[in-house]
Amino acid sequence: MLDAERLMTILGCLVVAAPALLVAVLGVPPLLGWRLSEPATVRAVRVAIMAGLLSCFTVLVVMPFAGDRSAVVDLGEWVALRPPGMDHAHYHFAIAFEFDLLSAALALLSFLLCGTIGTFAARYLHKESGFNRFFVLLALFLLGMVTATLADTIETLFFGWELVGLSSALLVTFFHERPAPSRNALQVWIAYRIADAALLLAAVVLHDMVGAGDFDRILGTDPWPYGRSILTEGQATAVGFLLLIAAAGKSALIPFSGWLPRAMEGPTPSSAVFYGALSVHLGAFLLLRINPLIAASVWLAAAVVGLGILTAVYAYLVGAVQTDIKSVLSFASLAQVGLIVAEIGAGHWISALWYVAFVHLLGHACLRTLQFLRAPTLLQDYRGLENAIGDKLPRPPGLLQFAPATAQAWLYRFALERGYLDALLTDYVARPFVQLFGWCGRVERWWAATLNGETQEAAAVPAPGPASESTGPQS
Amino acid sequence: MNPFGLPWLELCLVVPLIGAAYVGFVDDALQRSRWCLGFAGATLACTLMTCAGYYAGHSPAIAAWWPWDWADRTILAVDTVSAPLLPLVALLHLLTALATARTKMGRFSFAGLLVGAAVRLAAFACVAPWPLIGLLALDAVLPYFEIRRRGRPARLYAIHAGLFVVLLGAGWACVDAAAEVGSVLMLAAVLVRTGAVPAHVWVTDLFEKLPFGSALLVVTPLAGVYAAVRLVLPVAPEWTLEAFGILALGTAAYAAGRGVVEHDARRFFAYLFVSHASLVLVGLGLHTPIAVTGALVMWMSSAVSLTGLGLTLRAIEARVGSLSLKDFRGLYSQSPALAICFLLTGLAAVGFPGTSGFVAAELLLDEAVGSHEAVGLVVVLTAAVNGIGVVRAYLMLFTGCRHVTGVALWITPRERVAVLTLVALILGGGLFPQTYLETRHSAARAVLRERHDKLKQVEDARNP
Repeated sequence: MLDAERLMTILGCLVVAAPALLVAVLGVPPLLGWRLSEPATVRAVRVAIMAGLLSCFTVLVVMPFAGDRSAVVDLGEWVALRPPGMDHAHYHFAIAFEFDLLSAALALLSFLLCGTIGTFAARYLHKESGFNRFFVLLALFLLGMVTATLADTIETLFFGWELVGLSSALLVTFFHERPAPSRNALQVWIAYRIADAALLLAAVVLHDMVGAGDFDRILGTDPWPYGRSILTEGQATAVGFLLLIAAAGKSALIPFSGWLPRAMEGPTPSSAVFYGALSVHLGAFLLLRINPLIAASVWLAAAVVGLGILTAVYAYLVGAVQTDIKSVLSFASLAQVGLIVAEIGAGHWISALWYVAFVHLLGHACLRTLQFLRAPTLLQDYRGLENAIGDKLPRPPGLLQFAPATAQAWLYRFALERGYLDALLTDYVARPFVQLFGWCGRVERWWAATLNGETQEAAAVPAPGPASESTGPQS
Repeated sequence: MNPFGLPWLELCLVVPLIGAAYVGFVDDALQRSRWCLGFAGATLACTLMTCAGYYAGHSPAIAAWWPWDWADRTILAVDTVSAPLLPLVALLHLLTALATARTKMGRFSFAGLLVGAAVRLAAFACVAPWPLIGLLALDAVLPYFEIRRRGRPARLYAIHAGLFVVLLGAGWACVDAAAEVGSVLMLAAVLVRTGAVPAHVWVTDLFEKLPFGSALLVVTPLAGVYAAVRLVLPVAPEWTLEAFGILALGTAAYAAGRGVVEHDARRFFAYLFVSHASLVLVGLGLHTPIAVTGALVMWMSSAVSLTGLGLTLRAIEARVGSLSLKDFRGLYSQSPALAICFLLTGLAAVGFPGTSGFVAAELLLDEAVGSHEAVGLVVVLTAAVNGIGVVRAYLMLFTGCRHVTGVALWITPRERVAVLTLVALILGGGLFPQTYLETRHSAARAVLRERHDKLKQVEDARNP
């Protein structure tokens, strides 16, 4: 007879194993040169997502009966380096998953929305050349989301976090035949890599401070949101700021907001699930998960609130002047994410706001998925209405129109230029970087030609000139 | 009958040499390739038996056969450091031969590949200092002749190879009399061989002058790291290792930055290699058990993943000619399997989770942050920039336009086997890393124990 704990372990493993198996089933055949048919792909997606969804749901139902508010599925040490004859590991890397209110609900939502999107995409992408590729990346994304949300160690979270980023960037460039999706995918990937670097650094710093990356050691063993951090205020602030950078990159908060509208180059189903529903909320989820650090540091809390409000205002202003529906929805989504982040930060003073932020996140994810999926047909309906009335549909006046006349033009310009964020990053970060290393490259070629005794013409080497002559990568 | 009783280590060296001699007389390119594959496969089998013999409790060793003062010394032996490296080196040679496109077989030197395999296997099994220096010198000299044979300027390569040999030899010659001077010279030799700035120009130059396959086999086994582990780490004083680590760290960051803006695919690959080789040296420079373990793991994982990436690039080059990263090529629709392999091997090289490079990067980073936060920050940023470089190269080569061609660009069965073998190693090592991590941990402890003993001897000699 299975006891509750063993049942939870089996079901917990199944929750993670289902998307992992789906990745293997969909991803290995193309490597071997086999091609799965569309019905077989869809069937595999349905079976895996249903298995994961039901397992996750059962865990949520069984958990209260077992008398717990959380359940940990410990898969043991993935890596442990011990000197001979010693019990204490020099280095260890545990894999554990925690099911609590926060993680299980978001994992459940991930299965639900990926299942919905899978069903939608089966028709939407029918006979599309990248049909199978879409579902491989969706499976990879689901695995990443489930791993990141259920992670009980920061290293496990990082594992899922990276998978979400990779699948997201590759789906932006889903339509391979055009250069714009590829350029935009590169920008998304760059923002994600910065976020990943911050998260990885935070993970290692935590390892250094606490000796382990387990959340229950860092954030306390009390169920979410009542955990208490064992870090001092200074430590919590330092690690918290690194995690805030990671969250900002993933959730497109200022100054990383420029990638969000660019990510809309992907197919509508992926835009819905990534940038309307799940991926864009992963940064907010991370902040919710580390709420004991926010509780421990007033500086961190103030920064989180400030960043959230700034992002919400920015997204509202920029969203007001967008002319295509996916960009409008993406900035509307960002405005809500900004508010959610601000609520999380304010939880430092009123802890009930963590619940508010959590419910806000779940509700917003569902609403925005629906809006993204409805968007193409909504435009069709609007066109029909405009044809019927013989005029354009009336638009409600935006808040920008109430601004003073002198500020209005500036605000419009600010909004049209998307807050100059892209321009600032391009002019002051990307271009100097490319120019510097481009110049180094020309010096190297000149040096190599000199050592080889070649003329510069023979070696096709331009003489090292001023840095401004350099050309950068296509992006 | 004891299967490990045969002289497997000797066979590891003899088989490829016989193969080279035989292949050199075969006229037909396809036949040459097939014979080369046979001999390279037999060499791999011998190295696997050698490795299995070591872990089964046999310690294969070849003692010196010449009569004078080396007579009591073992020259070639398999120990905890070299046991897994021998099959790895043999596998890299076999897969490079296997993935050689038919259009390139006429120009590719299969005999040279087998000679290179014999020299590298001998070097990686060598435990005696002077013979090791000789073998590393031979390994460094072989590409010079190939560059000359192709009629390309070889002065730059000759200068750097010569510098490496002279510095290494001079360093070892004076290490007993003046440990610090000797260590500095040898560390400089290692930095030259692994391509530390500004000596990295030989690496980018090599990739422009040699066929991709030959250049790949010269750099990816990381012979310079072997020299560092065998000759330098045991005797180098603390401060020299720290300086060495800082120089390597700077190189890793610089090469990552250069790689991400590079327009030529071969040079991009060269920078990626230099960055990773330097990260391995950063781990050695930190010289703690975890850092050295991380360095040794990264050494193996980089060799596998960079070879996979290189073979994929080489397969694409064989189809469409030299590859520029300045414009989109849109090759995905023509060769999706190559695109997937490129991405997988590239991400493994930069330590993406689930691949063999991930644990190595984690171990290294953990110790880097422990030593100094700034070191950790640079390591993280280097990995991030390398990751951007790999995905940028992927997007440039495989997406952005529709590549129209009348010629089929699909991956061939031989290429598929070669690249999938490496992908299997990358994913296997990434998902189940514990076993090979333990072997590298024990190697790291052995190296550091040797260092501790030698430094103690020096200390005792100074203060009798």
